Amino acid sequence: MRKITYRDALREALREEMKRDPTVFLLGEDIGKYWGGAFKVTEGLAEEFGEERVRDTPISENAIIGTAVGAAITGTCPVAEIMFGDLTALAMDQIANQAAKIRYMFGAQAKCPMVIRTPFGAGVNIASHHSQSLEAWFMHTPGLHVAVPSTPYDAKGLLKTAIRGNNPTVFCEHKLLYPIEGEVPEQEYTIPFGKADTKREGEDVTIVATLYMVHKALNAAKQLEKENAINAEIIDPRTLTPLDTQAIIKSVKKTGRLIIVTEDCKTAGVSAEIAAIAAEHAVDYLDAPIKRVAEPDTPIPFSPPLEQYVIPNEKTIIKALKEVLQTW
Amino acid sequence: MTTSLTKEKLIEMFGKMIEIRFFEEKVFELYAQNLVPGTIHLYLGEEAVAVGVCTALNKDDYITSTHRGHGHCIAKGADLNRTMAEILGKKTGYCKGKGGSMHIADFNIGMMGATAVVGAGLPIAVGAALSAKLRNTSQIVACFFGEGASNQGTFHESINMAATWCLPVIFVCENNLYAMGTRQSRVMAIENISDRAAAYGIPGVTVDGNDVIAVYKASQKAAGQARKGEGPTLIECKTYRLKGHSRVDPAKYRPKQEVEEWLKKDPIKRLKQHLIETKTLTEQEIQQIEKQAQTKIEEAVKFAMESPTPNPEEALEDIYA
Ligand SMILES: Cc1ncc(C[n+]2csc(CCOP(=O)(O)OP(=O)(O)O)c2C)c(N)n1
Repeated sequence: MRKITYRDALREALREEMKRDPTVFLLGEDIGKYWGGAFKVTEGLAEEFGEERVRDTPISENAIIGTAVGAAITGTCPVAEIMFGDLTALAMDQIANQAAKIRYMFGAQAKCPMVIRTPFGAGVNIASHHSQSLEAWFMHTPGLHVAVPSTPYDAKGLLKTAIRGNNPTVFCEHKLLYPIEGEVPEQEYTIPFGKADTKREGEDVTIVATLYMVHKALNAAKQLEKENAINAEIIDPRTLTPLDTQAIIKSVKKTGRLIIVTEDCKTAGVSAEIAAIAAEHAVDYLDAPIKRVAEPDTPIPFSPPLEQYVIPNEKTIIKALKEVLQTW
Repeated sequence: MTTSLTKEKLIEMFGKMIEIRFFEEKVFELYAQNLVPGTIHLYLGEEAVAVGVCTALNKDDYITSTHRGHGHCIAKGADLNRTMAEILGKKTGYCKGKGGSMHIADFNIGMMGATAVVGAGLPIAVGAALSAKLRNTSQIVACFFGEGASNQGTFHESINMAATWCLPVIFVCENNLYAMGTRQSRVMAIENISDRAAAYGIPGVTVDGNDVIAVYKASQKAAGQARKGEGPTLIECKTYRLKGHSRVDPAKYRPKQEVEEWLKKDPIKRLKQHLIETKTLTEQEIQQIEKQAQTKIEEAVKFAMESPTPNPEEALEDIYA
């Protein structure tokens, strides 16, 4: 199968959906022909579809999302880009109070089919305002869907589903994933929300991981197999809302051990929710305490040694794996 | 350029502008050598704005800064060694390596820090001005931001609040015509950001941001009014970046002719010419000042390069006071 990058996979999804549905349009800062998006995801689309449908905006995050909401509830499908995930904070009213609640609050008179694409994640030394992983904020807001694709294949299939969906989706990308290559078929496909993917089969321990951490977990699992003949299963939820709890529970029942690897900070984070679900539904099957590998509760520091210290890595994953396997 | 400025002030401003220019050229060079982690947004070409404004401030006055903040720091009097060390991510940097290029602060000189969230500095400036008023000091606040930032709600909300409460703030819009690749005319229906002042009932002026004397004079007037309790001013400084937005941006979105026009208006070239024409300084004296600045910057690089990186565990410190 052909291989393309995560960035190109996202662009293909946007292009195909814009061709399929003339009401789909893009808006965001510097997404048009003068820059093509800070991470070049939308490069070439303004040339192809025109500036009406690939719309550069002023630096006005709250109004970008608010505009998307207004356009969504009146019959179009906006895909907004927020240049860095951290900057969703500026649009949080429109995301959490407006987009997420419009349907419910108005007694299902309206729907708000829109997508907010934004990159999260640390690792490129751009400090506290450009490096956070805030997926849990959106998971904590009923009314939003939250997608967390880790591969080019997932990115394309999930983005198409998000665009075709009837609800506001926060589509969480990761800066370090954009250049990553993976197999993506030429023919049309979509990936349903709420369906986890087993990124690696194993029977000794379950790793639930998201976004860039899926790749680190894969490296760690490979190493563990080679050195200790231990086989880890890796479950990638792919969407956090809806969350495929069944897939997680099933794997935990099989392996009896669970570690969760996410890049957001630990307290009240994505990993906390997943741990709680496992505890609620599979505690009798657990042979060891659940372990979370996440960022410590700090902002993301700038200097490389500091930043590297807070981001989970293969070493910290293997350490956690060995700890849960001690009760072997 | 005509001026009633003292010779000392002019020379001081020239010295600062040169320091910023050489500092930024050095940062660019170090970046190209892979010695600067992350990204950089250089102040090259905009030196007259920070220097003109900060020269009109007292040491205990405050400033807020942006992602393009090195020049603001230096103009307010920050130590070059610790500034460079922060940019290189060293323990001896102003923020112990936690902030980096986009987040330098020196609270001892009223430099309240650079925020990388576009438009986030404006309300913080208003808060500092409110605090100065509540504490009965005569401090004022200068708040730097780009024309791109003037499309954020915070711009409008902050100016309205400062105007209503008659607070001592100078809102300094550094209009370099582009926010990343977005030309101002593509995201605003007005030409002068200063026009927006009228909506909030405060004075708004547009000055040649590449003329340090013009910036200084406008700032001095605004500072005087602010200190007397007459409220805020919006000063728009028209300027231009010498380079791209960040690190390796080739800035292809800027027409060649436009770039050439602006290069002719280089603020340092112009001030130099003025100093010579008015016989304020001789060529030789200028070279002397340049040499001194070079030496300081070499020292800063040496200091930064020889400084240790922070210990990894320090990442866990300083979260709460
Ligand atoms: C709230 C916010 N939106 C977007 C960005 C990404 N970004 C960084 S600098 C910049 C352009 C800022 O333009 P301007 O305010 O004019 O300042 P300049 O860079 O021209 O000095 C953008 C869009 C950001 N850092 N913060």
